[in-house]
Amino acid sequence: MKFVEEYRRPDEVRSVARALASVARSSWTIMEVCGGQTHAIIRFGLDQLLPPQVTLVHGPGCPVCVTPIELIDRAIAVARERNVIFCSFGDMLRVPGSSADLMAARAAGADVRIVYSPLDAVEIARANPAKEIVFFAVGFETTAPANAGAVQIARARGITNFTVLVSHVLVPPAIRAIMDAPDSAVNAFLAAGHVCTVTGYEEYEELADRYHMPIVVAGFEPLDIMLAMLACVEALEGGEVGVQNRYARSVRREGNPPAMQAVSNVFETTDRKWRGIGMIPGSGLALRPEYADFDAERRFGVSDILAEESMVCMSGKVLQGLIRPTQCPAFGTQCTPENPLGATMVSSEGACSAYYRYRRVQVRPGS
Amino acid sequence: MSDLNLSCPTPLARYPAVVMAHGGGGRLMRDLIEGVFVRAFGSPRDAALHDAASLDPAGTAPHGLAFTTDAYVVRPLFFPGGNIGELAIYGTANDLAMAGARPRWMSAAFVLEEGLSIATLLRVVEAMRKAASDVGVEVVTGDTKVVERGRCDGMYITTSGVGVLSHDLPIGPAAVCQGDAVLVSGDVGRHGIAVMAEREGFQFGTTIQSDCAPLCAPVLDLVTGGIEVHCLRDLTRGGLASALVEIAEAARVTVAFQDQSVPVDQAVRGACELLGFDPLHVANEGRFVAFVPEPQSELALSLLRRHPVSAGAVQIGTVRATGEGIVLAETIGGERPLDMLSGELLPRIC
Repeated sequence: MKFVEEYRRPDEVRSVARALASVARSSWTIMEVCGGQTHAIIRFGLDQLLPPQVTLVHGPGCPVCVTPIELIDRAIAVARERNVIFCSFGDMLRVPGSSADLMAARAAGADVRIVYSPLDAVEIARANPAKEIVFFAVGFETTAPANAGAVQIARARGITNFTVLVSHVLVPPAIRAIMDAPDSAVNAFLAAGHVCTVTGYEEYEELADRYHMPIVVAGFEPLDIMLAMLACVEALEGGEVGVQNRYARSVRREGNPPAMQAVSNVFETTDRKWRGIGMIPGSGLALRPEYADFDAERRFGVSDILAEESMVCMSGKVLQGLIRPTQCPAFGTQCTPENPLGATMVSSEGACSAYYRYRRVQVRPGS
Repeated sequence: MSDLNLSCPTPLARYPAVVMAHGGGGRLMRDLIEGVFVRAFGSPRDAALHDAASLDPAGTAPHGLAFTTDAYVVRPLFFPGGNIGELAIYGTANDLAMAGARPRWMSAAFVLEEGLSIATLLRVVEAMRKAASDVGVEVVTGDTKVVERGRCDGMYITTSGVGVLSHDLPIGPAAVCQGDAVLVSGDVGRHGIAVMAEREGFQFGTTIQSDCAPLCAPVLDLVTGGIEVHCLRDLTRGGLASALVEIAEAARVTVAFQDQSVPVDQAVRGACELLGFDPLHVANEGRFVAFVPEPQSELALSLLRRHPVSAGAVQIGTVRATGEGIVLAETIGGERPLDMLSGELLPRIC
């Protein structure tokens, strides 16, 4: 398969890993902020190829994992409304709220449907004019253009029984929050290729300057990730600051202007809570006032539903790179993919789930 | 490993009602089977939770009989490469084949939804007749119930089957040994992707055909061809990964295999990449794994490759050690333990 197998050749990946090991002299901590990259790193065992002085930590890059618990509770409350068809991407269904998940809501009678695109939800709304269709609009900058497009299409077609429950989050404010944390040990970042395909990387240049660090835009295949890691370590060793684009087959500096225009037409930035981390100023997207008719929280009056997170779950520390999943006492015991305490154990992109699936032999809880 | 409690202590308590994931072929489903059904009906014979039970009613057959049952629900009823009728015959025949038995008799029970067109029913039944004739099985008894519109997806079929054993091999996880070769009978993941593509209206540039097919002939060839078959398992929901993990855990062995040696059709791989699925977790209806002694691996593969349904058979791994029930996939950077599908196969967000 073109553009996949070429980037998965073991010999080439290992040869880049050897180059990286020969370049790395000091100890460096690099964070990736993309669930897709976390998944690939663990699935292909890329972190096992790194020399001991280079540590890769998995940041808050999985949209499922960072969606705040109270928003899951609000989603469940909306889904339980009698006349609602609640549409969501598949992996949001198993994210635990404070007492249930959407899958249990479905078993209890709610009409919860998995869709593959927000436009599917718009189509369901058109076909079911007597029902209220709600789409769970989660994700980073990557999914925001399609969700903005769905809202615009619904308005253009006069579809009034369609609303969105918005939980969009933005990568750069999260990087700022991680770097501003007093105990942050991160020296450099891999930036998410799909996010940068939409947004470009001008904003990352400001971040690189502000924190005097290298940021490397990376793809998702093993070779993409290892080459980006190599570039990162070379820059760190050479004291270079700035952004390098190692996913040029998809990412341009200016991003995708029409997609960004659609996003800014429909959404504006807002303060947003991140599960496990807390409130990060300016880190989310909310519907602009002129699109308030499409706001599910407003239509169903669920904004006042609040919730606290599990005291046992340490996913916040995992998401900030302060601990590895296996350092959480609940990992693999109280918390498993069948019985997740936190969202990082739910999504296959979540760091805890990825570790549980792929790493539980080599590591022991608390090790 | 032993200090990790891999089966959640109260797995069923988390969901006070049945959720879709309880039928997904993964861990939640096994928790349900073990926590509810085995607790009620379990007997020593079921210890291995194998595909079919071996019976030994005195004098009926020199090597005894095999007995199995399965319920079939699929939406849509017809999909590229098969339909619910073929599934109902082949699936149950395949479960018998996994005990090394020749399928002989079946029952078929139908739950029909009010409003189902008779033409559709006839198409399904004709497909069953042909499928039964293919595998040499007689449908000797049946039942029909009709439920109100909206209470089932067109039709559900339950078939039970009896097969005749012609060997004394104790085929099952308990017979798996260190050094066994692990064979897979062909490319994996086609059925799950074919059904999903048809149901959801996905276009992948090509029509992916289900692998739905009877497996009796190649399996019986192994048995009659002198292969000392240790374990067989057809790959259904939960895919290759779940089957390997089930066997490894039941046999308490370490199975090591190369991720990249598992055959996956290009279109299936592409679809999985798009949807965020691991092909090792995607459903099959015409594939199986066989554990055979390593010295017989080449002979077993050549026997399998004589049959179109298993022409793509390859060895994917070996049983490395005994003592710990685990499956290790060799990756670029090292090895990763493979887990069963946790619940339902859910598409990833991006």
